[in-house]
Amino acid sequence: MTAVTTGTVPVPVAEEAHRVRPRRRLSPGRRLPAARLAGPLVVLAAWAIASAAGQLDPGAIPAPWTVLDTAVHLWTAGTLRTDILTSVERAGYGFAIGLTAGVLLALAAGLSRTGEALIDGTVQINRAIPTLGLIPLFILWLGIGETFKIAIIAIVVYIPIYLNTHAALSAIDSRYVELAEVLDLSRVQFIRQIVIPGALPGFFVGLRLGVTGSWLGLVVLEQINATSGLGYMMFQAQNYGRSDIILVGLLIYGVFGLVSDTVVRIIERRVLSWRRTLSS
Amino acid sequence: MAPHTEQLTRPAVQLRGLTRSFGDRTVLDGIDLDVPAGQFTALLGHSGSGKSTLLRAVAGLDHGVTGSGQLTALERVSVVFQDSRLLPWRRVLDNVVLGLEGKDAGEKGRAALTEVGLAGRERAWPGELSGGEAQRAALARSLVREPELLLADEPFGALDALTRIRMQHLLRELWKRHRPSVLLVTHDVDEAIVLADRVLVLERGRIGLDLTVDHDRPRGEYRSRLLAALGVTEDVA
Repeated sequence: MTAVTTGTVPVPVAEEAHRVRPRRRLSPGRRLPAARLAGPLVVLAAWAIASAAGQLDPGAIPAPWTVLDTAVHLWTAGTLRTDILTSVERAGYGFAIGLTAGVLLALAAGLSRTGEALIDGTVQINRAIPTLGLIPLFILWLGIGETFKIAIIAIVVYIPIYLNTHAALSAIDSRYVELAEVLDLSRVQFIRQIVIPGALPGFFVGLRLGVTGSWLGLVVLEQINATSGLGYMMFQAQNYGRSDIILVGLLIYGVFGLVSDTVVRIIERRVLSWRRTLSS
Repeated sequence: MAPHTEQLTRPAVQLRGLTRSFGDRTVLDGIDLDVPAGQFTALLGHSGSGKSTLLRAVAGLDHGVTGSGQLTALERVSVVFQDSRLLPWRRVLDNVVLGLEGKDAGEKGRAALTEVGLAGRERAWPGELSGGEAQRAALARSLVREPELLLADEPFGALDALTRIRMQHLLRELWKRHRPSVLLVTHDVDEAIVLADRVLVLERGRIGLDLTVDHDRPRGEYRSRLLAALGVTEDVA
């Protein structure tokens, strides 16, 4: 049959191509250059224009240049440097502890049934309790110093990292486990070659949530129970009606959040480069 | 010569009264089988006839399955699955040498990839390979371990017809060169005749037909006998 039809239907290619109606494009299309910065820049411009035009109450929302002035002043003559350092230190320690705990617990729960029985339920209960609600208890246990702040941040961080890493571990295709058995992989090889790479995508979701969580926990902790740090600085500014200082603090938090998220994204893109080839 | 003869006399697979069941369903019902070393054996059967169960038992992959009987198989066993089962997060060469120790692992892996016609794709990600290429890489991963026994569970079942013919040819070539014992599970009668020297038909957990294939004889004769054993009547066109 095919031999008969080939070559006997004379449809000129050009004419046919002409008749095809182009389809409506439903995907958002090509990405704009520097897309992630465009929105913030528009907001900043609107803020500056409104301030210059005198449309904003400078007591409530000071002009961008006033905020910048204050920041420079706080940096050179004030305590901004030590405040930032203290905050970064708290977030850093808490994050490091939370990250380690989250990964280790996820591995223990994912790789052994005993571990799963002991750990998973416990973490799920821990997750159901709002971590910030633990603050009073932790102050009683650990005092009002640095330890309890770091402990709270660590808990805020470990939960999303544990949950996502564990979910990814449990979702590793059992066919790969079978492959590892067939290839006679040792336990260590199995973890290195299959378990860890297989769980990485989930781990990175948890990591990004954890990074943002560490800053979130920090704000709350420093605004209610601290004598230094960015949150403390903002809390004091509120007492003196200095909205410019509060805005400086918020901007710094924002920059930290953005920078740490970007760093995680960059690492993720490099480590998971094999996935890009699938989606492209 | 002595070790060689010994190797020839020692069967690659020896089964005595092998029984496997899932719940109260008996899938393998007392199978006795000897596969001589170096033989290319195909195992045919309907789906559910127990052919994959038999293969998995020989591969040692049937954890938690109840059964009895004796099973001995050669030491170095490689398995090729229906899917290529390449780790998507490892490049092709790293997949091929997965779990291999020693400095010359990379060298061996490259050689195996060249043998299956994938030279130059060492750095590719599995996601970039076509179905046939992925299955070639899986074959290379089996070869590089220099198996005495190669177990293949419908290795070409997911490939398109043209690729399948090429892969069958490649497998036969590789077998001629390396002479491992092969146990190939398939539901494709023609594939079994083209590739194997001996075709077994599995029927309700027992070996219903044991056929030695002489490749110089016309295939049609084997084909009709095998189809009859599988309970398929062919319309004469």
